[in-house]
Amino acid sequence: MTTRGRTALFLAGAGGLGALLLWGLAGLPDFGHYAGPYGDILVHVAKPQRNIANVVTGVVFDWRGFDTMGEELILFGAVVGVAMLLRETREHDVADVVDAVRSDAVRASGLVAVPVTFVLALSVIAHGHLTPGGGFQGGVVASAAFALVFLSAEYRAYHRIGGTALWDSVEGTGAGAFVGLGLLALALGLAFLENFLPLGTWNTLLSTGSIPLLNWASGVAVAAGFVLVYGEFLQETMAVRHGKAKP
Amino acid sequence: MSYLPYALGAWVILVGLFGIVRSRNLIHLAVCVSVVQSGTYVLLLAIGYRDEGTAPVFADIPLSRKTVDPVVQALTLTDIVVAVCVSALLLTLAVHSYRRTGSLDPSEIAELKG
Repeated sequence: MTTRGRTALFLAGAGGLGALLLWGLAGLPDFGHYAGPYGDILVHVAKPQRNIANVVTGVVFDWRGFDTMGEELILFGAVVGVAMLLRETREHDVADVVDAVRSDAVRASGLVAVPVTFVLALSVIAHGHLTPGGGFQGGVVASAAFALVFLSAEYRAYHRIGGTALWDSVEGTGAGAFVGLGLLALALGLAFLENFLPLGTWNTLLSTGSIPLLNWASGVAVAAGFVLVYGEFLQETMAVRHGKAKP
Repeated sequence: MSYLPYALGAWVILVGLFGIVRSRNLIHLAVCVSVVQSGTYVLLLAIGYRDEGTAPVFADIPLSRKTVDPVVQALTLTDIVVAVCVSALLLTLAVHSYRRTGSLDPSEIAELKG
């Protein structure tokens, strides 16, 4: 089919889809007047049940905690999928590639940015139950700190932080710790993923029971997962750029 | 009375679909899929919004303060994580496709031609 024919077919279909979407959206409550009861209930029970200030994190790790475990495992599956599809280029084929950034300005900025980004990531994960943030967000920021090592230094430095084998096990440990916390609750005679720790003082770092632990577990898994995904794409890039790609 | 934010979400979804249909490059196509997914974030967050509501984080505001809905915000977080996974896998498949066929243009790859 030609591009023009395909576009015409799409426009006809999109017209119908657009009309259906607008029809459906017109049936929603007015913007700014959401009436759903669940959010209100959760806002009211957040303090008595979990002593948590950040209700979004509460929803993610308590009331929808089982869902979040699924989300964590989807991420795990995606990382495994990327690794299986791209791991034709073996690590040692590109381990000796020299691909350094030559600009001193970029290297100096990287030297500052890497630790600052990493500390920010730790703070975002640690305060996930108090302020906006959490394991997923902080994990991505942490992986960005490692990506900055490549961007401001070179591939060999990124490779040296820890090979695939190390990150593979860190990723597995993070995802496993999440499931493990759920199973531990079961072993203690509670529901899966139910809180088994004291709720602590309102609005302090060591409060809300098991939620900070779940935050750290997902933060570690997400950071390692992203570092692995970047690593796979970087290996591929290095192999192509330096003529080491396999046919 | 306004439905404009919902319509914006629908528009982002449709414009992303248009990009997918017209795409001449698999990496551009993966970006278009992310655009469609961004439309769903706009839609979810717009549905949960309340006039004069603030973020449902009570670290520094009284518990009586009116907030937006926390459930759709948590759903959006899940949505973003799944979207990132989809992007990573699509880009991987683009790399694979380039390895096998030497092209990123869907109209030049026999299996994707349609």
